[in-house]
Amino acid sequence: MSIKGKACIVGAYEHPLRKAPDASVAQLHAECARGALADAGLSKSDVDGYFCAGDAPGLGALSMIEYMGLKVRHVDTTETGGSSYLIHVAHAAQAIAAGKCNVALITLAGRPRSEGSSGTQPRNWGANLPDVPFEMPYGPLTVNQYAMAAMRHMHEFGTTSEQLAWIKVAASQHAQHNPNAMLPKPVTVEDVVNSPVISDPLHRLDCCVVSDGGGALIVARPEIAKSLKRPVVNILGTGESPKDLSGGKFDLTTTGAAWSGPAAFEEAGVAPADIDYASIYDSFTITVLLQLEDLGFCRKGEGGRFVADGNLISGVGKLPFNTDGGGLCNNHPANRGGMTKAIEAVRQLRGEAHPKVQVPDCRLALAQGTGGAIATRHGSATVILERGE
Amino acid sequence: MATPYQDRDMAAPALNPGDETYFEAAKEGRLLVKRCKDCGEYHFYPRPICPHCFSDQTEWVDAKGTGTIYTFSVTRRAGPVPYAIAHVTLDEGVAMMSNIVDCDLDDIHIGQAVKVVFKRTEDDWVVPCFTPA
Repeated sequence: MSIKGKACIVGAYEHPLRKAPDASVAQLHAECARGALADAGLSKSDVDGYFCAGDAPGLGALSMIEYMGLKVRHVDTTETGGSSYLIHVAHAAQAIAAGKCNVALITLAGRPRSEGSSGTQPRNWGANLPDVPFEMPYGPLTVNQYAMAAMRHMHEFGTTSEQLAWIKVAASQHAQHNPNAMLPKPVTVEDVVNSPVISDPLHRLDCCVVSDGGGALIVARPEIAKSLKRPVVNILGTGESPKDLSGGKFDLTTTGAAWSGPAAFEEAGVAPADIDYASIYDSFTITVLLQLEDLGFCRKGEGGRFVADGNLISGVGKLPFNTDGGGLCNNHPANRGGMTKAIEAVRQLRGEAHPKVQVPDCRLALAQGTGGAIATRHGSATVILERGE
Repeated sequence: MATPYQDRDMAAPALNPGDETYFEAAKEGRLLVKRCKDCGEYHFYPRPICPHCFSDQTEWVDAKGTGTIYTFSVTRRAGPVPYAIAHVTLDEGVAMMSNIVDCDLDDIHIGQAVKVVFKRTEDDWVVPCFTPA
């Protein structure tokens, strides 16, 4: 069963706060849900499917369904780290196609900035993890795991820090037009490579921000989408893929996007060259480069040349990306960037991105997420969206 | 410029049932890996069920303790001292996460030959690390 033509994104909302010390995580989830419903022109009673991931407090969906007073007949708590919300879009489309729900609500929220969490601290994943005894003593952090992938890519393909820096430069060029962005000041390649090295070869400006906040999406069947007053965004194709260390036989220059991408393109019936705008998960600059290669925007190993010289800057390059400033400059709520990737893709397709970064006649957009850590285990999700009639 | 290795407080491995053999061997200065008696493949991290063929006939094997650095990163700004995290490909063909120790961290490179040494963690456990061979 294909989901092509079976579901649409009808509501999207990004929480405006970047620091929320006075709101609970549950409240932030609910505020995002209210925002997305208002954007769609729907009410809470229209929602009959609910989707959330590991950032939802307590018993996850059960806690949030109670908190928001939802009455649903379909629940999905798929957890693949920061990519979860793009997988939720796919699963919501599947559930709608199968008749399990009509209006699906997806929420994300968190306050890592207020709680003092960051990518330079060990994460506490709890007890019973099979891999932890063999990894935790060595100090794996979010940043050094992506750094190890970057180091290997540089070794195999000659990728340079200056090339990676162009990804941050492009994000910052977009962020200057976003009044909510945490880092709205444009930076240069020199600024990036001269910022302190956190973990070789990644500099401070190769890393995303740590922010509070959240976001929400509403996915609904096409008949409902057409009855609303908002531009229609069709879900054309989706793919999901976990990737891991495979019992000790792995390479770190390929991400799960090498499988989720082709699956999504095949279902959508389009090719990378058809994509007008791309939201690419940017936990670190290297994350973007690897996914661009794996999605087929360029060949493996050529990502450095592809991203250089402003090729990702809207109005300048061939592939405008992350026109909200992305995780590198705008926000990274709950340390999970998949939700905001979908939201900016929806803005682009609706023609509602900031005029300075809006892609003219944006018809096809891609949203790509990676969650977990590239140097151990991660989930990849690809969603291809189309502007409806 | 040099970044000499410094000992750091390593987190204790939070053992699950079945992990004792590996960590007791480490205390004796031995690096163990798992091999599957059915498909013959090595795997890491060690499991009672082979992740390649799903057989439950896996056995502990003493690794040679030598390998090469697949990738690494010197983490310079996340704690009291810099340290080098790495994936090391053992001569048995499987790679494992570890630290590169007892050397100038600025001289580490991908493809470098390394050999196992053992470092003490919190709670008096011992884990395999690697140093240039």
